[in-house]
Amino acid sequence: MHTPVQEKTAAAPQQAHKSVKTDQYQGHDYYLVDDLLEDDHKMARDAVRDWVKSEVSPIIEDYSDRGECPTHLFKGLAEIGAYGPSLPEKYGCGGMDEIAYGIIMQELERGDSGIRSMASVQGSLVMYPIYKFGSEEQRMKYLPKLASGEFIGCFGLTEPDHGSNPGGMVTNIKDDGDHVILNGAKMWITNSPVADIAVVWAKDETGRIRGVIVERDMEGFTTPKINGKLSLRASITGELVFEDVRVPKKNILPNIDGLKGPLMCLSKARYGIAWGAVGAALDCYDSALRYSLQREQFGKPIGGFQLTQKKLAEMITEITKAQLLSWRLGTLANKGNATSAQISMAKRNNVHMALEIAREARQIHGGMGITNEYPIMRHMMNLETVLTYEGTHDIHLLITGMDVTGLNAFK
Amino acid sequence: MKILVCVSKTPETTSKISFTDGGSEFDTNGVNFIMNPYDEWYALVRALELKEKAGGSVTILNVGPAANDAVIRKGLAIGADNAVRINAEPQSALFTAKEIANYAKSEGFDLVMFGKETIDYNGSEVGAMVAELLDMPYISFANHLEIDGNKATISRDIEGGTEVAEVETPFALSASKGLAEQRIPNMRGIMMAKRKPLTVVEPSGAEDLAVTVHFELPEEKSGVTLIEPENMEELVRLLHEEAKVI
Repeated sequence: MHTPVQEKTAAAPQQAHKSVKTDQYQGHDYYLVDDLLEDDHKMARDAVRDWVKSEVSPIIEDYSDRGECPTHLFKGLAEIGAYGPSLPEKYGCGGMDEIAYGIIMQELERGDSGIRSMASVQGSLVMYPIYKFGSEEQRMKYLPKLASGEFIGCFGLTEPDHGSNPGGMVTNIKDDGDHVILNGAKMWITNSPVADIAVVWAKDETGRIRGVIVERDMEGFTTPKINGKLSLRASITGELVFEDVRVPKKNILPNIDGLKGPLMCLSKARYGIAWGAVGAALDCYDSALRYSLQREQFGKPIGGFQLTQKKLAEMITEITKAQLLSWRLGTLANKGNATSAQISMAKRNNVHMALEIAREARQIHGGMGITNEYPIMRHMMNLETVLTYEGTHDIHLLITGMDVTGLNAFK
Repeated sequence: MKILVCVSKTPETTSKISFTDGGSEFDTNGVNFIMNPYDEWYALVRALELKEKAGGSVTILNVGPAANDAVIRKGLAIGADNAVRINAEPQSALFTAKEIANYAKSEGFDLVMFGKETIDYNGSEVGAMVAELLDMPYISFANHLEIDGNKATISRDIEGGTEVAEVETPFALSASKGLAEQRIPNMRGIMMAKRKPLTVVEPSGAEDLAVTVHFELPEEKSGVTLIEPENMEELVRLLHEEAKVI
């Protein structure tokens, strides 16, 4: 069985190849969206940007190349306050608003979608359900340790045969006095091989979906790693396998039943992804713009040619639209008025936008664009995952379709 | 130990520098301002380390308009206990120093810290002036500081080496690289900063003896020409005919 403690406490690896290139990233704000932000939003952004430049950028290409998760960054993410920043301070969290949360995700994903995934799973898919649906005892037991990075969590909803249709899940719990007996398997679980706890969604004997907190040392619980990913290579992904796992009933989230529970968590995570994808797009654009002004062909910088300018102009236009979409979604979320359909629209639009920009940026970089001297291919490969997880591109389209027509095209 | 850290607001190093009003005013349009790194990374962080080790308080002080509050809040987010802003547009080093000294003289600080210079005007004047006005010993360019009771041991950069000095509190110093390492504020710190006291004090009306008349940008540097190592003749020709240095 995997021993997560060893991985989590490992010091920053000495052998890691540190890039000698300085991360020259600068933000781009064509429509002065900064004017719509509070000072603490900007301070949070600058803090996370500084952290990414000092801790992520020098090592990310190396870890991504080797397909290894920089587990030492779990603690660093906790130290800057990236886990559950919008949950109350009482539980060791930030007490910030939803825009601040979005901005943090944007800056993390500017570094790497996998690093953002490490944080958004912990915050939106583990801490949020414990906060929202858990008892006060559960909150006090788990949230401070998750906020401080002492515990790493993961979220089990998707199954090998049930992805876009989570309601068809077969993972189940059966009553056994003070305990329930958990059986089944979950697939594509970010952080699972290093997780101390898992928030798992399973059907009870009446067919209702319940949330259960499973702890690492429970008998019959294993988390095999999924190998061979060509995307999100710096994020660790695995399965959750439950073979007659006895889980105390006090580990069941008391205040939710039904598919609504996991879907509310996914809305939180998708909200963060909508912001995060803009970060990946900004990094690709920033690199492409700089490269286009330095790279000369036919006696002048390639940024001076019309076809390069078309690419750059369309990129910053799409980024600007996505920035405004995210900001407006954030103001709705702050009032508690952001609908899951609105979040779907932003997630779908922004991730697709970022992927298109990565492809255009790759062309501007020419042959250099396919190397790991530049972040473009890494972002592009990562975004293929982001396009699919937390609701696929097509499923989000159907959510919007259903929202505007009132007709269900899922079935 | 009661520590005062004086902080300045400076343009970010990547800012495009230009002037208005015929070269008499710095054009702040589109400029992103930050806390002067020597004040933040070295002076403030070392002050916080001293407080964490031996107790006491860290106050940050800025002479400037209300627009500086965002920069001051960052100092609070990093860990300062409280902040004071003297509500005046600083014009010269002497004006700033007089305003700081006037505030600090009755506060009983054991240590008054500055960055060794601001990264915009690079004057390195205010710290020494404040020390003189407060009648305190002053150690400049400190790269190491230990305090035991009321006795401090300080290493400072000198040309080609290091000088070690001992001084008793109260004293003033300016911080250079090495005194501490940059701290990135975390999200809880950022939220706590909103609740920490930032007191605005009206200026005492110190007289300004110097006025900036005019700024000029340096001439643009010409581009760099790269010569292949085997093409020494071309290098010699360019040095002779174009650079005219040989």
